[in-house]
Amino acid sequence: MRVFMLGWEFPPFISGGLGTACFGLTRALDRLGVEVLFVLPRPVSGPEAEHVELLTPATAAAEGKVIDAAAGLFRHTQFRAVPATLRPYARPEQAGAEELEAVPGGRLAPGQRRRRRSRPAGPADAGVFASPGGHYSGDLFAEVERYAALAVALAADEDFDIIHAHDWMTYLAGIAVQQYTGKPLVVHVHSTEFDRAGLHVNQRIYDIERAGMHAATKIICVSHLTRSIVLRHYGVDPRKVEVVYNAMDDDDSREPVDLPPITRDDKIVLFLGRITMQKGPEYFLAAAKRVLEVMDNVRFVMAGSGDMVRRMIEMAAAMGIGHKVLFTGFLRGNDVRRIFRMADLYVMPSVSEPFGLTPLEALANDVPVLISKQSGVAEVLKHALKVDFWDVDEMANKIVAVLRHPPLHATLRDHGSFEVKRLRWTDSAENCIKVYQAALGGAG
Amino acid sequence: MASVCFYFQVHQPFRLRRFSIFDRGADYFDNPANQEIIRKVAARCYLPANAVLRELIERYEGRFRVAFSLSGVVIEQFQRFAPEVLESFRALAETGAVEFLAETYYHSLAFLYSRSEFNEQVALHVEMMRRLFGQTPTVLRNTELIYNNELARAAAELGFKAVLCEGADHLLGNRPPTFLYTAPQVPEVKLLLKNYRLSDDIAFRFSDRNWPEWPLTAQKYAGWIHQVNGNGYVVNLFLDYETFGEHQWAETGIFDFLRNLPAAVLSYPDDDFKTPGECAVVYPTSGQYDVPHMISWADTERDLSAWLGNAMQSNALHELYRLEPLVKARGDDALLHDWRRLQTSDHFYYMCTKHLADGTVHSYFNPYDTPYDAFINFMNVLDNLRGRLGRMSAAAG
Repeated sequence: MRVFMLGWEFPPFISGGLGTACFGLTRALDRLGVEVLFVLPRPVSGPEAEHVELLTPATAAAEGKVIDAAAGLFRHTQFRAVPATLRPYARPEQAGAEELEAVPGGRLAPGQRRRRRSRPAGPADAGVFASPGGHYSGDLFAEVERYAALAVALAADEDFDIIHAHDWMTYLAGIAVQQYTGKPLVVHVHSTEFDRAGLHVNQRIYDIERAGMHAATKIICVSHLTRSIVLRHYGVDPRKVEVVYNAMDDDDSREPVDLPPITRDDKIVLFLGRITMQKGPEYFLAAAKRVLEVMDNVRFVMAGSGDMVRRMIEMAAAMGIGHKVLFTGFLRGNDVRRIFRMADLYVMPSVSEPFGLTPLEALANDVPVLISKQSGVAEVLKHALKVDFWDVDEMANKIVAVLRHPPLHATLRDHGSFEVKRLRWTDSAENCIKVYQAALGGAG
Repeated sequence: MASVCFYFQVHQPFRLRRFSIFDRGADYFDNPANQEIIRKVAARCYLPANAVLRELIERYEGRFRVAFSLSGVVIEQFQRFAPEVLESFRALAETGAVEFLAETYYHSLAFLYSRSEFNEQVALHVEMMRRLFGQTPTVLRNTELIYNNELARAAAELGFKAVLCEGADHLLGNRPPTFLYTAPQVPEVKLLLKNYRLSDDIAFRFSDRNWPEWPLTAQKYAGWIHQVNGNGYVVNLFLDYETFGEHQWAETGIFDFLRNLPAAVLSYPDDDFKTPGECAVVYPTSGQYDVPHMISWADTERDLSAWLGNAMQSNALHELYRLEPLVKARGDDALLHDWRRLQTSDHFYYMCTKHLADGTVHSYFNPYDTPYDAFINFMNVLDNLRGRLGRMSAAAG
């Protein structure tokens, strides 16, 4: 079976769970012998460097390119990068809110030659920065459409059985390729506009999501929570909608993290993720304040970046707990592991979390977790503390209990880290294959 | 001669209310929930089952005889929430065909932590049996049939004639649980071993349509009982009373089974019904049942793992019993009563994590979503109680 897979982020350039999930899933599919043609967008350096880069794992390794980590891991997978600036988690209404490397790319001019790139392109190569207040919203949707056009161009030269599109930015591409090739489309819902934007749903994004779901033969959701949102808001036939949970593979070669022994009296409670509405950072701080009413030797760490960082810093100060809350900014790679090693408890107070991979990562790093009941991962984990995200008192109650009672900490940690070992991407991949087969059986 | 020895456990804990670290009051127990549960079980089990037993005792003129143990905490709840249930037990006592056994008043694990507390709780319970039912128990059963050789010795010291315990195959060898045994060096206490196969036929398999013996009729069952003849004296059927109407709903025919059983058993002239105390008087012992490590009648493991299987349970129990000298030094009855009601084994049962792995349901009337919630809630209550002790000593200062 050969899958034309459309993604929008991949290690090592990740800013959220989607890239990790795509990596895990693709690698597991690869292991099961499924051939995958993985198409993803990459920012390009300038109008004159327009071309489509053909990458195989071998060339990627040799030229030190984007997917250097993939060398040797993917036997049946090929990667194609198309020049498009689909930045993950970008929102059309944001402009200049985060560091931007956006470049509205040019288009392939007729007759323009394709040539190989001589050095890796990356953020440093990005040319023009989008000006604040510029017409970024138009650019984002234009990028989505451009990606779709380029994906069709790629698909024209390829042979495959099924199309698998991850989240809304790739749905137009998925629809276009499906219309062009006639192959069945599977859309993978890692999140919906309702998760990301709460009440302020962007109508155009919603329309794209809906179009993708209706064009698809099968819809994969990462949790029953997401499935129920899909059914409630998008008007799709329930028989089309399947659930395949995300997972966590523990066999990544992890270099032992060399940590100096940390002598500290304070316990550390960790929030790690985008500091944005969806993740409930204000509930974390409100719970922190309650905890500090009964316990003094504890610090709260917020690791991540996002549109609410400044608000959270101000909120902590206004609550009078600023000296107990630390903001680390965005962490990557080994820094993530280091902060997990320091943490006594990881808290995910998400308002609406379609799945939530970070608790799995925490457990794999021997950190017990307290997670929002309004999350997909709560359906899967048994050895985790769970709380309604709005129940700040109960959140604080549970935080204090874990910090105060070592046997609770130890039992959650031991059972949890064992439990996470059983959540394998291979199982998710096998379930995806079943969905593919159903789509192929039912199509046409 | 094969004697059917029925023993029914009747118990409900004082479940805790939701108690967070921020709660200040000293009211720990969820009375509305506990009341609702008592009344529900009374309607489905206690009252109808007692009525059936009463009917059978009268019909067979005392040849049908059974035994109960009622924990002190369930009786307190009957007094508060369902006095008619207590009345119906009193009426059963008056028939003279019902024996009441002794246990720890608070259905606790005190035997594992404090022998003095264990003795006090047994004494309290014996006194209550005397007061309410006019009987002085001669047979002891420890909470959830937790037993080892030490318990036999303790029972002997307290003057009991017999002790109930689980009949574990690996300790019996190829001997059947239908004989009476003694613990090594404790010849004065007779051991009545639960016949788990025949007990579980009623308690678990009765309504299981996949069971080859389904449906179980009284006739078939009495036939199995009769086969004991020549290979033992007693068929010890030790059951949770909730089997009748709660675990096995009335629709399964469990009450009809019970109604038909005496006639079926008594149709064999060699077979009869005896209470545990009567078995101990009439039958000799046939060897030693050596139990150096704790066994119980709980779960498939039949050990202590239901209450002491993880660090949380161990920690909670340890912290609880550590307060004993402080609580007793206070001389405050309300505080003592609160501390003791926290000893009920159910609180720790709710903290058990072994079931999460195999997905079996351990959650009958369990107020918690997870064992972690159970631990957190219990420790918050204990913190509050400890705080009261601290404040009292400051006041006494």
